Amino acid sequence: MNELAITVIGPDRTGIVADVTGALAGAGANLSDSTMTRLGGHFTMTLICTGAAAEDVGKALEPLSGVITTVRAVEPSGSGDQGEPYLVSVHGADRLGIVAAVTRVVAAAGGNITDLTTRLTGPLYVLVAEVDLPPGASDDLSVRLEHAAQELGVEVTLRRAESDVL
Amino acid sequence: MNDLADWKPELLGVDGRVLPVVTAPAEVLSRPGTEVDPADPSIVQLAADLVATMRTSPGCVGLAAPQVGVGVQVFAVDVTEHPRTVTSHGAFVLCNARVVEASRWRPGREGCMSVPDLTGDVKRAGRIVVEAVLPGTGTAVHLVTDAFEARALQHEIDHCAGKLFLDRVAGAHAVYQRKVYL
Repeated sequence: MNELAITVIGPDRTGIVADVTGALAGAGANLSDSTMTRLGGHFTMTLICTGAAAEDVGKALEPLSGVITTVRAVEPSGSGDQGEPYLVSVHGADRLGIVAAVTRVVAAAGGNITDLTTRLTGPLYVLVAEVDLPPGASDDLSVRLEHAAQELGVEVTLRRAESDVL
Repeated sequence: MNDLADWKPELLGVDGRVLPVVTAPAEVLSRPGTEVDPADPSIVQLAADLVATMRTSPGCVGLAAPQVGVGVQVFAVDVTEHPRTVTSHGAFVLCNARVVEASRWRPGREGCMSVPDLTGDVKRAGRIVVEAVLPGTGTAVHLVTDAFEARALQHEIDHCAGKLFLDRVAGAHAVYQRKVYL
């Protein structure tokens, strides 16, 4: 089935989710995976939808004022979840290139980032990433992250993500 | 060994001063604190200062030396008034504390005076045994506790090891902007 990748960004306001998802439903677009969150006062939505044509969805979103939207057809892709789940925390004084440097080290170790959040509050920059690592890669990555963190002047921890299956 | 039943901050014999609390990304919060001589007068004064500073900060249930800019293994805790408290040992100060047993791991949301704008979900042991010494006398303490007091102790012992709750959050979506209530 055709998939659409949709992004919507605009000033946060009451009803923005209802308006956007209402327009999508009206166009016959079925919402599958999505994240909707507030980033620095902007409300941001990233959605994967099925069941509608990009053109129709684009038209349905047009009447929404004050938001930036994109709609693109994408090829369906597997989840790609494999490896051992780890968490990376980074915190320290904000500076240019923290995310780029840390994620480059993770990529070089064969680590696949599955989720990443950053927060800037005052002078404090915080990054938390969920990473799938190849078996046996964590010790070496831990040392390399420590080196990168020292160069950036930030703190880093790499630890196994726990999941309790009930 | 002592279970803290007879200890209270007044036994330190010095008046505590209210100290400014340092916030991340201060260097002192990310370095392991050194062990202390509990009988050192400067440590006794620090213990009293931690209690005084904790008591003037609304909602504060614990404060570690690195949070007032001193990189040593000393912290104050008082969870008496907290609704999630089960066992409480009142207000106390410990030096060179170690968690020697931990079980009943549970998630919970934590904040920190040194990370004032964020909270995070952190898994902590709901029952712990801590060994430490008391400031002043140096009396060895073997503390068994649970629930919220156990969480507070683990948070403060982490501070003494140069760790913040940000180093233990449960996932990429487990860090939250602290709410501002109107």
